[in-house]
Amino acid sequence: MLLPTLRRLAEMIFVMLGISIVVFLIFFATPGADPAARIAGRNATPEILAQVRHSFGLDRPLPVQYALVMERLFVTRDLTSFVNRGQRVIPAVIEATPVTLSLVLGAAVIWVIFAIIVGMVAAATRGGITDRTLMFLGLVGVSMPVFWVGSVMNLVTQSRFHNTWLFHWVPGLGYTPLLLHPWVWFKSLVIPWVTLAILYIGLYGRVLRANLVEAYQEDFIRTARAKGLSETRIMFRHALRTSLITFVSMFGLDFGALVGGGALLTEVVFGLPGVGRLTYEALQNLDLPFIMATVMYSSFFVVVANAIVDIAYAWLDPRVRDAR
Amino acid sequence: MPAEPSAPAETLLDVRNLSVSFRSEKGVIRIIEDISFSVGAREILSIVGESGSGKSITSLAVMRLITDPNAIIEGSIIYKGRDLLKLDPREMRDLRGRDIAMIFQDPMTAMTPVYTIGWQIEEQIRAHQKLSRRAARARAVELLGEMGIPAPARAATRYPHQLSGGMRQRAMIAMALSCNPSLLIADEPTTALDVTVQAQILELIQRLRRDFGSSVILITHDMGVVGTISDRVMVMYAGTVVERGPKPMVLAQPSHPYTLGLLRSIPPMHGERPFRLPSIPGSPPAPTARPAGCPFQPRCDFRFEPCGNRPPLFRHGAQEVACFLAADHLPDWDHERAIRAPGAAA
Ligand SMILES: Nc1ncnc2c1ncn2[C@@H]1O[C@H](COP(=O)(O)OP(=O)(O)O)[C@@H](O)[C@H]1O
Ligand code: SF4
Ligand SMILES: [Mg+2]
Repeated sequence: MLLPTLRRLAEMIFVMLGISIVVFLIFFATPGADPAARIAGRNATPEILAQVRHSFGLDRPLPVQYALVMERLFVTRDLTSFVNRGQRVIPAVIEATPVTLSLVLGAAVIWVIFAIIVGMVAAATRGGITDRTLMFLGLVGVSMPVFWVGSVMNLVTQSRFHNTWLFHWVPGLGYTPLLLHPWVWFKSLVIPWVTLAILYIGLYGRVLRANLVEAYQEDFIRTARAKGLSETRIMFRHALRTSLITFVSMFGLDFGALVGGGALLTEVVFGLPGVGRLTYEALQNLDLPFIMATVMYSSFFVVVANAIVDIAYAWLDPRVRDAR
Repeated sequence: MPAEPSAPAETLLDVRNLSVSFRSEKGVIRIIEDISFSVGAREILSIVGESGSGKSITSLAVMRLITDPNAIIEGSIIYKGRDLLKLDPREMRDLRGRDIAMIFQDPMTAMTPVYTIGWQIEEQIRAHQKLSRRAARARAVELLGEMGIPAPARAATRYPHQLSGGMRQRAMIAMALSCNPSLLIADEPTTALDVTVQAQILELIQRLRRDFGSSVILITHDMGVVGTISDRVMVMYAGTVVERGPKPMVLAQPSHPYTLGLLRSIPPMHGERPFRLPSIPGSPPAPTARPAGCPFQPRCDFRFEPCGNRPPLFRHGAQEVACFLAADHLPDWDHERAIRAPGAAA
């Protein structure tokens, strides 16, 4: 178990290296596009262009350029924005990370708990009215655009019904750091959490139900019944346990993607200054260093999540473990 | 008067007029058509028949493991004086795995892939007995050893996919025996195994009766297996019982054309195997397309006028046969061939 884990981690570092090279090439070596011109902005004088070229090492061979960029990204961390001159990119990303993590972690807790409940209840009542209702609601959840849900949530909790007993506790939009005011942090995130979780509850609930129903066709469920186990035990220990394998791998990937900036829309609607919103703004302004930093950041999370999924997979399924 | 002439005096399981049907868009499909049989204490009853004849459904009905909500199960299944079909789910669950245990054809898919063999045996023990984990584990290891698994303590820590088919089936049997059941139902336990392993597993099942005093219902489509271990044989075809009796009698004097056909397709235990085994031409009818009258009619070389009616079970001593040829006495095949099926005489 230890050796494959280490191997997987080494693989992960390799993949990260590959991604950084690809990202670098896209931004600095796209034929026909002069990065210096983009960096210097419009109407730059030839002197300024030359200066930019020199400071980024653009007049030197590609491997050196790559090393220089990576150095500025990870070692000196002094890459600055092209739009807001002087704003350092890496500290900005690092500052945005806890916001995104708070949002995604909270939503993940909600969606995992509710999706498991929905999936299990639907599978246990398969074919019945409860099952159908839950699956319909799940479909609704999957189909509603998160941006729209967020706007409606805002409308309801911030203005329409804000002054009723139901929602008067909801603070204004924005983020309060956990360490500063834990209670305000919690209150201000409840609505964004729910908003982000709705889609995933629907999705995961439906997938889990399908997996459970499939698991119930398996011979080992019949064996479990023949052993005289209770239906509850069969559900939790046999059906759910074997269905969890898909669930966990989906979760890892979605979680990684969300932390890596995938929660962009939710962050924008609720005015949360997270990584997604940072990416969103950088893209609007074509702020190259920012885009590069956030792309690297998100790929990091996706790759880490992938590695964790693989490790969890092997841990959950002994057949996978032995296939190594 | 005993319902079944060959049934042993002490009856453990008595299945009366069991019918199993499924509701479907095309109406109700009858799978098991009014069958009755019994199993005595310490008896090994073989149920034999081609695939699709309803053997598995019969055994699942006894275990009340037919979970299809469209299933209709009629009749009575008297086990130690209680009708299993009338028990509430909780009582039935207590009985399953403790009093009546079951093993299945493919132990690879029949065991949960994510738990060790030891864990799965422990789980069954602890479902029925108040035992600590440690005691249950010790019992599991002991059982695995009794089933002839080498290094049982180590085997207990293995996952199903890490064992060979034969070892898995031994583990399955160990699990089934963990609560000393009075009745073991084995549904094609050796079908997925090669011949040598098959013999070992059959030997194990036989020992079970000797050492544990259990009764066994052994389901198979292989007459060779029947010959090896059973006391009595029940031949099923298209959801009905076509012949039944003590094994030596049925093997020595098969009296239903279907039994005759099955016996001709046993591979010889010794000597050279024939290039191709003779098998009964045609295939069993689908449950939706069973002929009126004798269900074996379309494939029978001997059919004659009465066969358009459903033959009852005719009794001759300890043997019972659902064929009009046996209406008065057990058929003499040479004679029947000569007069009814000249083509099949060779
Ligand atoms: N849930 C079901 N609904 C309808 N038909 C079924 C169902 N389960 C089994 N059958 C039918 O019952 C028949 C007998 O099956 P089975 O008992 O498995 O035969 P055997 O074990 O002798 O091979 C088969 O023709 C099968 O198609
Ligand atoms: S009753 Fe008739 S058709 Fe059926 S097995 Fe006997 S001879 Fe053949
Ligand atoms: Mg079968």
